Amino acid sequence: MAVAPAELSSTKARPLTAALKQALGAALLAFGLSVPILALRTEQDISNRLVLQPRWSYVLIAVLLAFFGRLLYLTYAAATANRAPRVRVRALTTRTVSAGFAQFVSVVGLLALLLYPWIALSIVGRAGAIKWIDNFGIQIMIYIMLGWGLNIVVGLAGLLDLGYVAFYAVGAYSTALLAHTFGLSFWICLPLAGILAAFWGVLLGFPVLRLRGDYLAIVTLAFGEIIRLVLINWVPVTNGYAGISGIPRPTFFGLPFNASDQGFAAFFGLEFTPLHRLIFLFYLILALALLTNWVTLRLRRLPVGRAWEALREDEIACRSLGINTTNTKLTAFAIGAGFGGFAGSFFAARQGFISPESFTFIESAVVLAIVVLGGMGSQIGVAIAAIAMIGGTEILRELDWLKDIFGPAFDPTQYRMLIFGLAMVLVMIWKPRGLISYRSPSIFLREKKKVRADLVREGHG
Amino acid sequence: MSTTAAPLLHVEHLTMRFGGLVAIDDLSFSAARGDITAIIGPNGAGKTTVFNCITGFYKPSCGRMLLSHGQALADTDIDALTASGARCQTLPTGSAFLLERMPDYEIAAQARVARTFQNIRLFAGMTVLENLIVAQHNPLMVASGWTVGGLFGLQRYREAEAKAVDRAQLWLDKIGLTERADDPAGDLPYGAQRRLEIARAMCSDPVMLCLDEPAAGLNPRESSDLKQFLRSIRAEHGTSILLIEHDMSVVMEISDHVVVLEYGRKISDGPPEHVRNDPKVIAAYLGVEDEEVEKVEAEIAT
Repeated sequence: MAVAPAELSSTKARPLTAALKQALGAALLAFGLSVPILALRTEQDISNRLVLQPRWSYVLIAVLLAFFGRLLYLTYAAATANRAPRVRVRALTTRTVSAGFAQFVSVVGLLALLLYPWIALSIVGRAGAIKWIDNFGIQIMIYIMLGWGLNIVVGLAGLLDLGYVAFYAVGAYSTALLAHTFGLSFWICLPLAGILAAFWGVLLGFPVLRLRGDYLAIVTLAFGEIIRLVLINWVPVTNGYAGISGIPRPTFFGLPFNASDQGFAAFFGLEFTPLHRLIFLFYLILALALLTNWVTLRLRRLPVGRAWEALREDEIACRSLGINTTNTKLTAFAIGAGFGGFAGSFFAARQGFISPESFTFIESAVVLAIVVLGGMGSQIGVAIAAIAMIGGTEILRELDWLKDIFGPAFDPTQYRMLIFGLAMVLVMIWKPRGLISYRSPSIFLREKKKVRADLVREGHG
Repeated sequence: MSTTAAPLLHVEHLTMRFGGLVAIDDLSFSAARGDITAIIGPNGAGKTTVFNCITGFYKPSCGRMLLSHGQALADTDIDALTASGARCQTLPTGSAFLLERMPDYEIAAQARVARTFQNIRLFAGMTVLENLIVAQHNPLMVASGWTVGGLFGLQRYREAEAKAVDRAQLWLDKIGLTERADDPAGDLPYGAQRRLEIARAMCSDPVMLCLDEPAAGLNPRESSDLKQFLRSIRAEHGTSILLIEHDMSVVMEISDHVVVLEYGRKISDGPPEHVRNDPKVIAAYLGVEDEEVEKVEAEIAT
């Protein structure tokens, strides 16, 4: 009996000392890393000589941050570990709640998107609304559409595609070249761009049919680079780095958005403002994105969509049931690519100018991150992720008040990728299968139940 | 016993080599229409390899596997088909398929051979009902006008889908999983997953059902239910069954015809009673009698 209290206190003390030790370790690591990076800075003095300027306070801050951060995390982890069973019960009960929540979000989200330009106008006025509709509204909608398009390939069919931007580029360049060479209007270029991108999707699909997982990812990555390098180097056609400018803007059933007498504003007796065009573009991309969403939701309930999901679950079982996996994969590539092409065509018409620089690998990575973050196969999750990621980066540009804290040289947009990465890591710890981590069945007999993410496979190529 | 009926599947000189390893060596056997044919043999005898050849997952090194629908074709027609290089021939009275020439999904879709797997391969993240609907992919694909018609919500597709659900429900009733139709397949207990995999294969409307160890991991009660179930499949749907099984009580009780393999060769072939008493089979399963040990050792030494 006499031993018991001592034992108790030692077991209580042990986690604390262990935590302190780990925190000390983290601090040492931070010290080791920050000395070469932060401690010394080279600067030129008046006679143009390089002098070393010590910045030991920076090192101290990094070490302290690491120490206390680690300590806090460990104590928090210990506290949650004790409560683990309760947390799990809560997670199970929220499953049914989140189903209604997703429905609510989709209805409210759609309404908000429909009213968005008018809300922006009424809050920030005409001058401010241009930025909010163009940089936020249209930009985010393009990425929502790209995310929904890629979701068919990655989320439903389970084929990891790292070169999706290639189809975006094909769509944009198709529009630009068709408009320039044949003088076609945007409304004719748009479907043609989608068809051409789908065609390139099939072309990519053929060689990668037999590849799985990592190998598939590498080849699609290479495909994206091939398209970009061709755009750069095939100067007679694509004009190389200089890009193509003067792409015709979309018209409102033949009425251009300009100040002329035949323009949209004059026709409806309105005062000319560039806002008209932006609002029109916003609704155009909204319609295109909603079309993508509608088609995807429809396809999920058709045999081809179920075959995609079955393919993601088990390819061998698919073949044993008579499903032609070749055609199934190709349709996924083609339809996903087609929507990428539509988005690309819209992008070209909105910018009026395109160059290969808009179609770098980072774009593929961002779209893929949106799909993964949203929850594979979930339409509403992809939309939320696109708003968070693209809207988030745009918001960074707005944070001028940070300059008051960190000095006038501080530019928050430079930390974009850092914050991106951090947010990604956090979300993956908190929700490893994405924001919406359940699968909604395509058909049900009595009751639509959600399928838990741990049962759904990610696909293996 | 209907071994005299026209054979549904006729395997001749089937050989499968993996590099230097001969997994199946010149195997010939027939599976009669409406029969339950069992393939048994010790571990590593090549049973699953035979299945993989029949269902097209492996391309055999040589041999012919002829599957007939309806009336069997005349021998001269079959020889002509073999010489022609075509995959199949369809006559009004019946058709013949050369399985060794067909890719796996065509064997399932056209020759209508369905199979299950030794390690269950369900679509775990899809519901039980969805598993059974995916199995009816090909007729639904036609009904949806290869997606185009279905996209615009044509009546024809909606009717076809309702019919597919009816069919799925029929099988759900048979395997006793109607209550769990909307649950993910991966959540089912092991025995139910085995039953579901058989029901899924049956939903693709096969003429021949290949079952790879359907009783593996089942308790005695489930295994006796399985016997009932397999008999009812044959009686009600006229589907012939090809079966790999280690559980001898299942094999001896329900099969009409047993083929025994050892090291890729057929060592016995016939009705269950015949096979049970065949000394070669007993030797393969139980080893040889005491007095023969010396003889065998001498053989090994040479």
